Amino acid sequence: MLFFESIRLALNTIRAQKLKSFFTLLGVCIGVMFLIAVVSIVEGMGRYMEQDLIGKLIGINSFELRHRPNINMGDVDPSVWESYRRRPRLYRDDVAPVIEALPDGTKWAIVSDNNLPVSSRYSSGPRNAQVSAVDGDFFAIRKFVIAEGRDFTPQELAMGTPVVIVGPEVVKRLFPGLSPVGRELKMGGLPYTIVGVLETQGSAFGLSFDNQVFAPWASPVHRLLNRVPTIVDAVIVQVPTAAQMTEAQERVRQVMRVRHKLRPGQPDNFSLQTSESALAFWNKLKRYLVLAGIALPAIGLVVGAIVIMNIMLVAVAERTREIGIRKALGARRADILSQFLVEAATLSTVGAAVGIALGVGLAKLISVVSPLPATVAPWSIVVGVALGAGVGIISGVYPASRASRLDPIAALRQE
Amino acid sequence: MSDSTHVEAPLSTTAERQAVTSQAGVTPSRDWVIVTRGIKREYDMGGEIVRALRGVDIAIRRNEYVAIMGPSGSGKSTLMNIVGCLDTPTAGEYWLNGSLVSAMKDDELARIRNKEIGFVFQTFNLLPRATALHNVELPLVYAGMSAKQRKETAAHALDRVQLTSRMHHKPNELSGGQRQRVAIARALVNNPSILLADEPTGNLDSTTSFEIMKVFEQLADQGQTVIMVTHEADIAAHARRVVALHDGQVSSDTRREHFVQENSHLIEAKKG
Repeated sequence: MLFFESIRLALNTIRAQKLKSFFTLLGVCIGVMFLIAVVSIVEGMGRYMEQDLIGKLIGINSFELRHRPNINMGDVDPSVWESYRRRPRLYRDDVAPVIEALPDGTKWAIVSDNNLPVSSRYSSGPRNAQVSAVDGDFFAIRKFVIAEGRDFTPQELAMGTPVVIVGPEVVKRLFPGLSPVGRELKMGGLPYTIVGVLETQGSAFGLSFDNQVFAPWASPVHRLLNRVPTIVDAVIVQVPTAAQMTEAQERVRQVMRVRHKLRPGQPDNFSLQTSESALAFWNKLKRYLVLAGIALPAIGLVVGAIVIMNIMLVAVAERTREIGIRKALGARRADILSQFLVEAATLSTVGAAVGIALGVGLAKLISVVSPLPATVAPWSIVVGVALGAGVGIISGVYPASRASRLDPIAALRQE
Repeated sequence: MSDSTHVEAPLSTTAERQAVTSQAGVTPSRDWVIVTRGIKREYDMGGEIVRALRGVDIAIRRNEYVAIMGPSGSGKSTLMNIVGCLDTPTAGEYWLNGSLVSAMKDDELARIRNKEIGFVFQTFNLLPRATALHNVELPLVYAGMSAKQRKETAAHALDRVQLTSRMHHKPNELSGGQRQRVAIARALVNNPSILLADEPTGNLDSTTSFEIMKVFEQLADQGQTVIMVTHEADIAAHARRVVALHDGQVSSDTRREHFVQENSHLIEAKKG
């Protein structure tokens, strides 16, 4: 009862003294705003990493056999790099035994890729694009959709016919304003006929996934991708359900250990990369980002707390007489204490609420004008409100206890 | 004065008062609202001891209407603070309604102020941003009454001082006399044992002062114990008994008739 009374009183004060209240609330408001914005961006990046980026690089329920991991986030020890460099590569001959060992229903693909100049007679000069030579169910595993034209036929894959499927960026650069299907582009001096165009994959952090050219592995282009033409960069395996991941990986591991003549106890000299292993580093990074996202706004909150404490001390001084009256009419210390605590908490919670609104707005704004994605996390709003109330209560304790200890006689005498 | 038409409650006699104030440590009987025994109040003003009260014995019976009079520096404000439970004496006993207030702690004193005492101040002391009704509700808030009951009780108290029509006005929209009547309604809303008025007419013109004195008169007639602190003899002359303080001690304690006779020169001079 006295609680709602105090909230009403605090809201009246805010309404009566708008400018003063604005400055009082500014600190908490800015603190909470940045908290919400930073956490939203980190959350958004996290969701993006987990659902889009990693999923695009490594498909769901799939793993890649490589001589060393191609997604390395964070610090990798120089000695580890050194050991990666000494590892044997994978060759075309390794592929058949690996596929043979896989459980039924498994999809597979192989890929080698490199950046190559690609040209067409419709554009001025050659443009660099990521060129991949693939075999197997590559597009199905990667969830690449062909928007125009068709997929490679089994015959084309087997024969190594010079045909290609390209990303929309390549079309834009080499075939401006033209329908590309049926036209030719040149790689390494040889012509390739475009049979399909992929749907756009978007971009992440400014990297486009659309500037790609895919050709059958057996086509001549694979000679341009690696020092030794028979080198395969990766064998991609997709199992039907997540439960089969471990078994499939174990079978591939045994085949490769035998082929690389490893003795028991010797470490693997190849890598089995899953989307989880690529995400592990991101999760570590995310923890630091969230910590930073909390530590920096904390400075704003501390400043806000000091301001609120000052304003409340002024309020206690200004309202000494009111406190005297209330005490004369029977208010106990606890009544006065809680009145000013609730008032400080209300002030600061209003600041936090404004900060949440601004923070959500800022996050949305950043996601619109920059490539950083943003998702507002519900828990950050709860934390924001709790922080607001908490800051108010903490900064209200000292002024409120001063108010509650005022001598009623002296307080009543004050003008 | 219209008091001759009422049957006044019998004033306590000097002998009765002496009997009750001399029995140190004994709980007074229930019809004594206030009994002080040898109350002293000393202040330490930077090493110098100021003796504001030097042993005050006062006994006030239920339904008495008493003025405490004295020039400034006589200790009447200190006495009022102690009687109003805003302060505690350095030495001596203060019994209010059978409880020994002089031994109480802060929160107990707050409860006593809330339940037993209704204050009326010279400067009204209304909360400026609250309506008349809300001001009158305040003591009930601290008594823990529900909002609905509070509004009803407060409205009834305002009705008693004929301010029902001004219920939703703020103090700055009321005249001085109306403000003081709001303060009186606030003082009465908890049915206190005593109405304690400190210079209640100090900020009012003589017509309004007379109006307020009429209100006090009526309340006393209805059975309310009223204690009024003032330095003006003509105001004190409205009470039925006058206690005069001088240098922190009671210098006289007489009926109104006697006081008026003794101080007729002061009262007449003021009227003229």
